[in-house]
Amino acid sequence: MTFDQYKTDGFFDEYFVEDGKPRSYVRKIVKTINEMDPGELYNRQKAAEALMFETGITFTLYNTDETKEDIIPFDILPRIIPHREWEYIELGLKQRVEALNRFVADVYGDQKILKDKVVPKDLVLSSKAYRKQLLGIKPPRGIWTHISGIDLVRDDQGEFLVLEDNMRCPSGVSYVLENRAILKRIFPIVFQASHISPVEEYPSKLREMLEYLVPDKDNPTVAVLTPGMYNSAFFEHAFLAREMSVDLVQGSDLIVEDDFVYMRTTRGLQKVDSIYRRLDDDFLDPKMFRPDSLLGVPGIMKAWAKGNVALVNAPGTGVSDDKAIYSFVPQIIKYYLGEDPILSNVQTHLCRNKAELDFVVKNLEHLVVKPVAESGGYGILIGPKASKKEREAFKEKLLANPDNYIAQPVVSLSRAPVVVQESGMEGRHVDLRPFILYGKEIFVLNGGLTRVALKKGSLVVNSSQGGGSKDTWVIEPGKTKGTDA
Amino acid sequence: MLSRVAESVYWLGRYMERADNTGRLLDVHLMQMPEFTQEELELWGPLISVTGDEAVFKLHYDQINLDNVLDFLTFNRDYSNSIINCSIRARENARSIRETISKEIWETVNHFYHQITHPKAAALMRREPDEFFGEIRKTAHLFSGVIEGTQSRSQSWHFLNLGRMLERADKTSRILDVKSFALMPKTKGQKFSPYDGLIWGALLNSASALEMYKKRFRQVTPEQVVDFLVLDGHFPRSILFCLSHAENSLHQISGTPHGNFSNQPEKQIGLLRSEIDFTEASDILELSLHKYLDQFQLRLNKVGNAVYESFFA
Repeated sequence: MTFDQYKTDGFFDEYFVEDGKPRSYVRKIVKTINEMDPGELYNRQKAAEALMFETGITFTLYNTDETKEDIIPFDILPRIIPHREWEYIELGLKQRVEALNRFVADVYGDQKILKDKVVPKDLVLSSKAYRKQLLGIKPPRGIWTHISGIDLVRDDQGEFLVLEDNMRCPSGVSYVLENRAILKRIFPIVFQASHISPVEEYPSKLREMLEYLVPDKDNPTVAVLTPGMYNSAFFEHAFLAREMSVDLVQGSDLIVEDDFVYMRTTRGLQKVDSIYRRLDDDFLDPKMFRPDSLLGVPGIMKAWAKGNVALVNAPGTGVSDDKAIYSFVPQIIKYYLGEDPILSNVQTHLCRNKAELDFVVKNLEHLVVKPVAESGGYGILIGPKASKKEREAFKEKLLANPDNYIAQPVVSLSRAPVVVQESGMEGRHVDLRPFILYGKEIFVLNGGLTRVALKKGSLVVNSSQGGGSKDTWVIEPGKTKGTDA
Repeated sequence: MLSRVAESVYWLGRYMERADNTGRLLDVHLMQMPEFTQEELELWGPLISVTGDEAVFKLHYDQINLDNVLDFLTFNRDYSNSIINCSIRARENARSIRETISKEIWETVNHFYHQITHPKAAALMRREPDEFFGEIRKTAHLFSGVIEGTQSRSQSWHFLNLGRMLERADKTSRILDVKSFALMPKTKGQKFSPYDGLIWGALLNSASALEMYKKRFRQVTPEQVVDFLVLDGHFPRSILFCLSHAENSLHQISGTPHGNFSNQPEKQIGLLRSEIDFTEASDILELSLHKYLDQFQLRLNKVGNAVYESFFA
């Protein structure tokens, strides 16, 4: 199997400038693969899948009668980003996260940005993710958006654009680490060809951040709070707890007494200081949010408000990743930091504005329409791929509740080669979700999760909808020769 | 450690041990088949009665025969203690505490689950029972190995060990009980035939004890078998051995020195173990083996309940 027959089909390709002409920083790997025995690449691909199954790197599917586990398909050809491009992305991400954190703090503080009418007040206050109960609360060290995952795509010119901000416990980082570990085991030969920035430090950085939030204690007790083993991301919760060497707790393991949080241990109650919670705001505390939540911890919000426990991310941060508010992020950056945004947004139409709604309705077949408060690729319409009937049905939903939707032009998304079968490689669309930690300083994990739409022609990369992933390499500076074409 | 995690790790140990013992028992029975007539193989009956789940069996099957017993104890998903359900529960417990157990332990449990839930597993068991049960036994040995070799001797290890040891003590008592009906001399003074020796040999085999038994005793006699499986201090599947090790883990968990107790499970198991320390095989046979084992199982259950109350509740 070689790249000789590989076609870019006119898309921006992560490996090839044009057919037969690899980018400078992938030349080595292309050469290595072209020189391998026929069939070997495919064998390695199969070996990687078997390894994931055997080691139980799975997620849970709910759409069948019986809950079923499956692996997230993993493609062994790494996605490669040269360092100079990465540097620029990293700066852009830091800038964005800093501004969004200031925004959340402001929204639950003095609301200056709303008073100055930079972001429409009603848009923020009517957001599903806005929690009015939190007004006036100051979290430890003033940090709200501790962990973010910001989805980037590349347009047909190869420019990185922000597609979506994820500020409420984004998942996927465990795959970044597992993908790297698997690739090292299955396909060590490709690593010899390049100098790749490590990703292994993430768990210790995460733990450092969680401990930083407890200023007055030397060895604070940290825990990861999970909804339980039937949650689709349970693998990741357990993975992170294990990698950080901290306890993985469920709501029922925690109890609040005198506004302090404790966990039930075989030797009695033990105080918990900092919690990475992988539980939505709604379920966190039945005393403040959904009273029917059995997953949460009664009283934990009061303990947090009093500064007796750190919650990561802070409750209420969802207000900063609402898809309608997304369109204001460039102004938010300008407002708080006085800088122009380094990374651009995808052009966005707010359907709550009459003129834009009319435009969207007329141009449905050219647009992607998304509900503002959903994630995971649910409830979206991809205009060009939808049938006329689907568009008509969607139009009705849109007109019934225009505030709930935004629309964007279809971004073509860059492609990268994947191993499809014994016969060869084909291009598939990819995105990139880097992970950013906000503790003592802002830390961006090298690379991030490359998600790939494995269905031919598909633009949907979500794992719940047939997406897979790739290991993502940032090539270290000064160690690749030649120039990018 | 977290109470919930302690409980899961304890049950992980119990379910893996339970599956192993059930497989062992069936395997030995199948191997005996060529030597016995159908009539003698009514021994399948005790195999069910010893589980204490006869009523469940009767809900699913009309008669006790080879196929039904194998199906019930191995693949029946409605029977909570079948090997397949043990593998599912062991894996669920392991999955919920993956951050606590070593990667190797998880992978072994995961492997066991895939082994037994494989679509062709039932066909393999019927075609090549020897290979099928042999593979299960290997996985069980692997499990013991990774526990010994990859998990620190912290509380989590001791809860795991506690679960395994209590389960194994219970299972050894049940293996012994299977034969206690059929094999004890019916009347006083009845001769012990060489043929009975074969069956007692099989029984020792069920507990993987035959070789070690022979190192200690020349002949196979009921009294010596009881001595070995209940009272031997060195054989790792004897009741006394299991209890001592369970007791030790309890003391490691609480930090209380031996000879003292700081909680109910320590007290209960200490009493039970020291009583066995001062028991002889002839005492057991005098009372009747079945009665003795029955009482033992009840007291062992009390230890289990005390563990639950002290640490998990």
